[in-house]
Amino acid sequence: MKDVAFWALNTAAIRGASYADARIADDRSRALSTKNGKVGSASDAESFGIGVRVIANGAWGYAASDDLSRAAVEATAARAVDIAKASAKVKQHDIQLAPEKAVTAEWATPVQIDPFATSVEQNIELLLKIDSELRSVSGVTLAETNMNFRREEQWFASSEGASIHQTKYTTGAGYAAYAFAGNEIQKRSYPSSYGGQWQNKGYELVHELKLVENARRVGEEAVALLKADQGPEGVFDIILEGSQLGLQIHESVGHPIELDRALGMEANFAGTSFLTLDKLRTLRYGSELVNVVADARQEHGPGLGTFGFDEEGVPAQCTPIITNGLFTGYLSSRETAHTIGLNRSGGTLRAEGWNRLPIIRMTNVSILPGEKPLTCEQLIADTDDGIYMETNRSWSIDDKRYNFQFGCELGWEIKHGKRTRMLKNPSYSGITTEFWNSMDAICSRDEWVLWGIPHCGKGQPQQVMGTGHGAAPSRFRNIKVGSAYKGT
Amino acid sequence: MLDQDKADDIFQRIKKFSTADETEVLFYGGKSALTRFANNTIHQNVAEENYVVSVRTAFGGRTARATTNKFDDESLKRAVQSSESLAKVQHPDPDLLPMPRPEQAGEAAVGGGRSTSLPSRHFEETAAITPEPRAEGVRKIVGIAERHKLTTAGVFASGESFEGIFNSRGLSRWHTQTSAEVSVTMLAADSSGWQKASSPDVTKVDPVRLAEIAATKAVESAHPREIPAGKYTVILEPAAALDIVGFMFWDYSGVAILDQRSFLTGRIGSKLFGENVTIWDDVTHPLQAGTPFDGEGVSRERVGLVENGVVKRVVYARATAERMRRSEYQDKVGPIAATGHGFPLPNEMGEVPLNIVFAPVNDAQTVEQMIASTERGVLVTRLWYIREVEPFEKMLTGMTRDGTFLIENGRVQGGVRNFRFNESLIHMLSNVESMSIPMRAAGEESFEMVVPAMKVRDFNFTEVTKF
Repeated sequence: MKDVAFWALNTAAIRGASYADARIADDRSRALSTKNGKVGSASDAESFGIGVRVIANGAWGYAASDDLSRAAVEATAARAVDIAKASAKVKQHDIQLAPEKAVTAEWATPVQIDPFATSVEQNIELLLKIDSELRSVSGVTLAETNMNFRREEQWFASSEGASIHQTKYTTGAGYAAYAFAGNEIQKRSYPSSYGGQWQNKGYELVHELKLVENARRVGEEAVALLKADQGPEGVFDIILEGSQLGLQIHESVGHPIELDRALGMEANFAGTSFLTLDKLRTLRYGSELVNVVADARQEHGPGLGTFGFDEEGVPAQCTPIITNGLFTGYLSSRETAHTIGLNRSGGTLRAEGWNRLPIIRMTNVSILPGEKPLTCEQLIADTDDGIYMETNRSWSIDDKRYNFQFGCELGWEIKHGKRTRMLKNPSYSGITTEFWNSMDAICSRDEWVLWGIPHCGKGQPQQVMGTGHGAAPSRFRNIKVGSAYKGT
Repeated sequence: MLDQDKADDIFQRIKKFSTADETEVLFYGGKSALTRFANNTIHQNVAEENYVVSVRTAFGGRTARATTNKFDDESLKRAVQSSESLAKVQHPDPDLLPMPRPEQAGEAAVGGGRSTSLPSRHFEETAAITPEPRAEGVRKIVGIAERHKLTTAGVFASGESFEGIFNSRGLSRWHTQTSAEVSVTMLAADSSGWQKASSPDVTKVDPVRLAEIAATKAVESAHPREIPAGKYTVILEPAAALDIVGFMFWDYSGVAILDQRSFLTGRIGSKLFGENVTIWDDVTHPLQAGTPFDGEGVSRERVGLVENGVVKRVVYARATAERMRRSEYQDKVGPIAATGHGFPLPNEMGEVPLNIVFAPVNDAQTVEQMIASTERGVLVTRLWYIREVEPFEKMLTGMTRDGTFLIENGRVQGGVRNFRFNESLIHMLSNVESMSIPMRAAGEESFEMVVPAMKVRDFNFTEVTKF
């Protein structure tokens, strides 16, 4: 692959590029699913190609091709330079990249069991066993299960001399039970919504999730929701379960801290950010208990945002985002770092595949667990009058990331420290900074899980990316609840 | 680009590698390019060429798929073997039908009529666009931004693509088309405006006109005031109407009814919406785009989904139609027949109508006429981050964005801070007071449709954001 990259970099240089990098990627995936006792889908996919990114005349160009013959690679690099020269006709300033030491490196996701080496037959049997458990519950009208694997092998080389070979594995698995009766559809998912739990791990993740063991309970909860009381409307203390808090972090911290958004580069589609540059190290984002990091390093855990190097050759890093409630950092790239006074990228440039331009993406944006021992049950016992909410059902936030509204699959009324009754259709809403400043408790390390969100969309053409979010159950005071159903 | 003859050669090679009872091959891909700008600068500018072959094999009720973008014999053989090994370990599915023969793929006659001839959707001028004319279009947009002292962001995209399908029972279908898209956001200090258009023909997309409208919206919505949340008469411009109504069409699917996850379960034949709402799915409509056959190669039929507010029927893939005929719903769902709307097999979702066309009303009004007849209301340019809150009443939430205006006494009175809505689509489409002539619209939350602007009473805004 070094030869292929050399063809691209050499052609780019000859055609006038002042900088070039080439990414060759070999991507393999498998998707298995079942629905109501039958296989829903069984598919394998592979995609192989090269993307060449250049700066010429001070502007960017990017071209990608599935043809790795020498002639095609050189034509692709030449096309990237032509595109850059066209870009240069509408520019305000020349692109400047923060310096980065060029390295030669190898990195791979630590994997105990190669998921592609596992038996398809046994995997389908496992999914059908879960399906059977779900549908053994009277009232479950639809059962869906899924199991997904991905392997991305990538070779990166730059005109500055970098040469990086990286292989990442992702595994995901989960299921959902639906109950339909009268004029109502209720749903319960496990371990989380939107395909379950996803991590950069091998098949060992499937073993860890206790999928079959939880299926009957999940089915029973879906049916029980049909008869549960409607979640109330008003102002309440709420406790969010970890996966829901993970999505809350994703939407109301992870996206607004993307420096490209803050700089207006995503204004047409994903939007901008309320975190204008003047707010760095001045904004009280949350309460003293709120400590958030963007950490792509393996020591943070096997998150979907864990890697050795980002897609412009910058090593994985940990950036403090919120420190004791103070806003302290953005997600940055070599192009954008200088705008916040950094002399090095934070290493967050990522691409969906070889045919997509790398852009700033979340890595693992995680809230750190509380330092004092605190279990979820202890947190509930410490709450006099509130609502516990679990597993996301709907999510929406404005294009500057101020106003959000989340719906959850299941709620529990808390009275005098005890769960008293199940609530259906719980929802809450608020303004980002007001919400994070209302956090007064977070559970400790034993309750902290690195959740995976596999389908985050951003960019034009749109790219889908996996992100990681470590979270533990947390309590928020005086939150507006139930306005999703107000006036309907 | 790959053409039908070359694809047929590849299909013949694949057939030789296959040991399955039946073999189907999909081809798709092409060339695409997108010039992206922000802060009055082209900051991203990309081009891609990619061709994909996807093999489905079937062994007596068992089927699976494998996909690759490599066309050498070794890769094709590996795709066939992957597909076969995934299929062979399954239990037979009695609902899986044999692959369609050519006459079965073109003869799925249904109420509402057969597909008529398809307008050309491939334009040489669009296929030939290079980065320079896209940059020139952006330069004009930036010029308009600078003239209004605004900052602009957006895209100018173009492409040429194909979809083809072959199967071992003799089916062979091919479709090529071009595409062009321009989207423009104009930003002022405390306001913004937006426009977007797409077409297979780049000459139908006018960057200058879009930029001028977006700039006017940004200027006229400056210094937005906050008005309280509540129920308002709203005028949804076509892109806003498209993005919200688009969420319901996933439920116009036979599989969604059989799964009991559709809000139409038990409601087909009922009057769910206002008398003025009539909706077709019609791939042949001159303002539509897309492939005239489905994931099995079956011709897409023109299907009447809603007539004067009454939900008439849903769409079907071949196997779904067979299942529905045997189901408890057979007498409750209107006409049952394969309509050519299936996804490639195997899949869990079944089918969906993707070429939505709202029928014109006799008393169509322009947006300006709607404004003039509104005592107090809100004009909405664009909706954003729409998600389903409750599936059976089709309750959706989302935000307004990039040009939200207060209307009083028949006139636009200036910009207002953006709202969050929580609104039932059933409620909304029952409260449409007037519509414009339907037009091809493009948004970000749903697929392109032919849809009118809508004036809707009692639209439920529940919160106001900070800008």
